[in-house]
Amino acid sequence: METARLLIRRGTAAEPPRHEAFEVPFEPGQSVLDALRRIRAEQDPTLAVRYACLNANACKECMMLLDGAVVYACTARLEPREMRLDPLPNKRLLRDLATVIAPPDERLE
Amino acid sequence: MPAAPIQMETDILVIGAGGAGLYAAIEAARQGEGQGEGQGEGLGEGQGAARVLLLDRSLIGRGGATVMAQMTVAAAVAPDDDWRRHLHDTLAAGRGLCDPRLAALLCREGPECILEMDRWRVGWAREGDGLRQVQAPGHDRPRCVYVDFLSTGPAVSRTLRTQAQRHKAIRRLGDVVVTDLVLQDGPEGRTVTGAVGFDMTTGAPLAIAAAATILATGGLTRLYRRNSASSNMGGDGYALALRAGAALLDMEFVQFFPIGHLAPRLVGMDPIMWDPFRYKLGGRLLNGAMEEFIDRYGAEDGGRYRATRDLATYAITREVAAGRGSPHGGAWLSFTHIPEAELRAAFGPVIDRLAGNGIDLTRDAVEVAPIAHYHMGGVRVDTDMETGVPGLLAAGEVVGGANGANRLSGNAITEALAFGRAAGRTAARRVAAGVAPRLDPAAAAAALALAGAGGPEPAAGAAPNMAALVARLQAAMSDHVGPFRTADGLARAAGALAAIRAEAGALPPGRPRPHDLARLDWFDLRQMLLVAETVVLAAAARTESRGAHQREDFPDTDPGWTLNQIVRLDGGALRLDRAPVLAEAA
Repeated sequence: METARLLIRRGTAAEPPRHEAFEVPFEPGQSVLDALRRIRAEQDPTLAVRYACLNANACKECMMLLDGAVVYACTARLEPREMRLDPLPNKRLLRDLATVIAPPDERLE
Repeated sequence: MPAAPIQMETDILVIGAGGAGLYAAIEAARQGEGQGEGQGEGLGEGQGAARVLLLDRSLIGRGGATVMAQMTVAAAVAPDDDWRRHLHDTLAAGRGLCDPRLAALLCREGPECILEMDRWRVGWAREGDGLRQVQAPGHDRPRCVYVDFLSTGPAVSRTLRTQAQRHKAIRRLGDVVVTDLVLQDGPEGRTVTGAVGFDMTTGAPLAIAAAATILATGGLTRLYRRNSASSNMGGDGYALALRAGAALLDMEFVQFFPIGHLAPRLVGMDPIMWDPFRYKLGGRLLNGAMEEFIDRYGAEDGGRYRATRDLATYAITREVAAGRGSPHGGAWLSFTHIPEAELRAAFGPVIDRLAGNGIDLTRDAVEVAPIAHYHMGGVRVDTDMETGVPGLLAAGEVVGGANGANRLSGNAITEALAFGRAAGRTAARRVAAGVAPRLDPAAAAAALALAGAGGPEPAAGAAPNMAALVARLQAAMSDHVGPFRTADGLARAAGALAAIRAEAGALPPGRPRPHDLARLDWFDLRQMLLVAETVVLAAAARTESRGAHQREDFPDTDPGWTLNQIVRLDGGALRLDRAPVLAEAA
């Protein structure tokens, strides 16, 4: 079976940048978010990613960089190749792919 | 040791920022402003407006089920319609189990909310001088307003958020997870005096003092593998209410939306998207042999969209069980007989989004199957949205009773708006009557200790994979507590839940830190397990089939079971009681 290799930025802003590779079986039609959720359930539950609406592109939380371009992980198709995922560069990094995206007046700090 | 918890104070705490929570916050804030409509800028500078803190565990107005709504919102707003006709249809769909007071509130006050939303420029589709309304299954006439194209939910959420932003009394706060309510003795008896949880961005525990707390957390669809709501809806409001001493009603009634998208795989589309297609275009529902079949189960379909959700779910599931399903285990939905121009006129840009997914509706049928969509059961309240526990209210899907054993299409958003408004009104009245926030730190201590607790480290492999445990819970519920239930299956589900509970452990993994999903999954599992247990308990006890609760071992509806079931937490154990259905309001 073909696999997709996801190279994912890990850690918090306080840690030196590093990328970790995960391999998942490639199934045609899947989204990048499907692969990230599968990695959490099968390989590493600590992988941090934001999403609420599950592939409907309604919550708009799963925005990230795929090979350097901004995408929604729920509409980006998984491909049987190496795909590099990074958090949004212009937002404060929380952990891994999760950043602070709430408007300033809807945050605690 | 974790840092000192964050302490906050408000008059009215609203947990959940979907339709119900947003409307509750707006209504509560404007009660003290002395104006019903509020067209000015920067409202709430006058005296008397209660402080409102509106929380969401993700983003304000983006999570929950409201934003996912594709189309229909039912309300008797047409000149020749009457809310009593809507009530008649709601009670009939509820199969004898509706709380008629709550159903009447939904149908009577719904139109006021819909028209207020119109003044707030939500963008309801129009026809002549009025609002365009479509016919939905179970309604006696076209009664459902909507926003094109498939945009009802985002439009409702955006409109309410914009209104909430205009009230200075409302503080909106995302990324806060509530784990427990705080209870303490007071002049009214055991009273909810606030909530405890943690800030997702840092992991820091927090305690919030409030004179009134409104649960607007939505339903429990996340208990199921295939669901149409958001990953935030694991039933946490039910668990919070139970632990606070409130009663849950009719937890066995989970609505499965019959024609959720099954195959081919779509990205960026809501699985209930075929609902609006059927409203506008009809479409044909076919079994694996390409035969129409709904009429074999006592309803008519015939290219129209008339069969109620419980019946259509039953019919599709039966066809699949009889070996007459589509290749992926559902039914075919076909629009191939409809000319492309008509498809485009009805759905414009959506046709292009489908093309991007490789689907040409003039050529391809799609596969659909039942998908967990809504929960009829929930927190028992009165028409003021009071739970009976002083200081605790509920609004929206988390409330049980208005929809009985089966919800009528289009009632969910109406329920969110009307019940949110009622809850906001009641909470403001409580504050105006002089109830002030007074949280005793000792009463919050145990919950705060848990929110800040350290447990085994998941990275070291010392903790089980909580995401995998969530998936196991979803599998057990889907396989055994779906549209069809048996005593054996329900017992297996109960066993699976007990095993998952034991594996999850008594402490959250890791320690408080930024955006820790393994830790969040543990707190979610804690609530999901309790809520799933209430569904299994009530489903096992109801030895009949009615509406969304179908027992293969008790296939008939038993008039003797025209009863509500009430679940409470009593000394740490779930207790199930029966109660007569309330008589219809005079």
